[in-house]
Amino acid sequence: MNELTQLTMGEARDALKARKFSARELTEAHLAAIEAARPLNAFLKETPERALEMAKTSDERIGRGEGGVLEGLPLGIKDLYCTEGVETTAASDILQSFVPPYESTVTSQLWRDGAVMLGKLNLDEFAMGSSNETSAYGPVVSPWRRNGSNAKLVPGGSSGGSAAAVAARLCLGATATDTGGSIRQPAAFTGTVGIKPTYGRCSRWGIVAFASSLDQAGPIARNVRDAAIMLRSMAGPDPKDSTSVDRSVPDYEAAIGRSIKGKKIGIPKEYRLDGMSGEIEGLWQDGIAWLRDAGAEIIDISLPHTKHALPAYYIVAPAEASSNLARYDGVRYGLRVPGKDVVGMYEKTRAEGFGREVRRRIMIGTYVLSAGYYDAYYVRAQKVRTLIKRDFEDAFGQGVDAILTPATPSAAFAIGEKGSADPVEMYLNDIFTVTVNMAGLPGIAVPGGVDKDGLPLGLQLIGRPFDEEMLFSLAQVIEDAAPEMPWPEPWWTSCG
Amino acid sequence: MSVDTATVRRIAHLSRIAVQDEEIAHLQLELNAILAFVEELRGVDVQGVEPMTSVMPMQLKKREDEVTDGFIADEIVANAPRREDHFFVVPKVVE
Repeated sequence: MNELTQLTMGEARDALKARKFSARELTEAHLAAIEAARPLNAFLKETPERALEMAKTSDERIGRGEGGVLEGLPLGIKDLYCTEGVETTAASDILQSFVPPYESTVTSQLWRDGAVMLGKLNLDEFAMGSSNETSAYGPVVSPWRRNGSNAKLVPGGSSGGSAAAVAARLCLGATATDTGGSIRQPAAFTGTVGIKPTYGRCSRWGIVAFASSLDQAGPIARNVRDAAIMLRSMAGPDPKDSTSVDRSVPDYEAAIGRSIKGKKIGIPKEYRLDGMSGEIEGLWQDGIAWLRDAGAEIIDISLPHTKHALPAYYIVAPAEASSNLARYDGVRYGLRVPGKDVVGMYEKTRAEGFGREVRRRIMIGTYVLSAGYYDAYYVRAQKVRTLIKRDFEDAFGQGVDAILTPATPSAAFAIGEKGSADPVEMYLNDIFTVTVNMAGLPGIAVPGGVDKDGLPLGLQLIGRPFDEEMLFSLAQVIEDAAPEMPWPEPWWTSCG
Repeated sequence: MSVDTATVRRIAHLSRIAVQDEEIAHLQLELNAILAFVEELRGVDVQGVEPMTSVMPMQLKKREDEVTDGFIADEIVANAPRREDHFFVVPKVVE
């Protein structure tokens, strides 16, 4: 493995600026790593020609002493982001061979700042899943394995390709999206850092929609600093997304290393689940101790409606999905399966083009929005959502600066292990992350240690709206205090 | 609340998703598992609570009512599975 792929984004940026190597060399090293890692199935499409062309432009800019804040840094793009002229599938058969004639706002900002696109990353179909097993292109295999075992594990989902690619050092960072935990859960499973910013912080324009009131873009990166570097370029208002918020973007990197002395950290008792493993409880206690040692004040808080968040999410998200996914009708793009009339064509196209989980969620969403059930399900869930948000507002109103919880109820599990009999078993993965989407808040997952099998475990910090800087300051303290995350051995290079 | 097989067929049709007879029983089980999971929301006291409409307290942005885009018909039809000139082609809808 090339040493250039071992660098963090921050290190690579500084070395490029100091002309220690070229953007071309850095890009070539990652392209070679991607090629050797095909058994992981992290990339749906590799774009080496485009990458080398972008790297060449970066080298020219750097040569002239110019260059943006991401100049020459090779990234992977979740295949939910539309990329002009490059196939975008959302890991669904229904979008097969769709080539967007436009670029998503977030990716266009990355290219504006000089980043290099390596290719498009695998995900759960339409970002619906917690294990990357619902992809029409097959599951992503985590670069992590349990000690002494060859069992293939999931990288989490839906941003499983993003998390696996970053953990396996195939790209310096990756874009991801989070509707109920799809950035933070895979980050926790792979020992990487992922931040879901405040709702409205990043433009959703050009990102294939799942549940519009919950979806947010964010990065998965090798460490806290890299996540801060990437988010700065991804964030910002956009006239094309009316829910993007008109606020300037701070230099998030400047928040790293800031003192957390006297900051109040809330510990919500409702996140202590019955039957929670001792390892997760231990991880949480470690996190509390690290923040306390750095001068933070730890306060017990209550978020009484926490337990209703996941059920309410499984009404709101499918309802919005059923509406958003109505556009896939075999007429304007993607797959078409002929039928006896136009409705027959719609029904056959959608039956064949959508996978099981997506069909299930569309049907649940259709049901909870249908006449006679709308008030009982959808309106009630939106009222519960108001209560969930109010819980957080009360906590922040008491002076709490951020909230610390575990990111997931367990470490990564094996491919095929969960959810085959009962879909709800898979949904429980998001129990700690989904509240944050329901309340529109920023949340970051940061590695806290490994379990008895040597698999990564993550902590989650939840912040006030638009206080991502606080999360970066606190997460850096955890990163510095936690035992250094070992990187997975590249076993995949030998199974060609 | 749970759904019967007739309701499963009705939801599938409303969703414009074709289902085979042999899929119905399994779908019914899965949908009922999810409905059982969300059932607990009935116990939450939501008296006087406003349903959420916008998670961030903000006014929806407005802009001048003017043409900002257009003349890209080639791009719009470029991905269509069937097209003729600048038209999407669909099965006959009017008898």
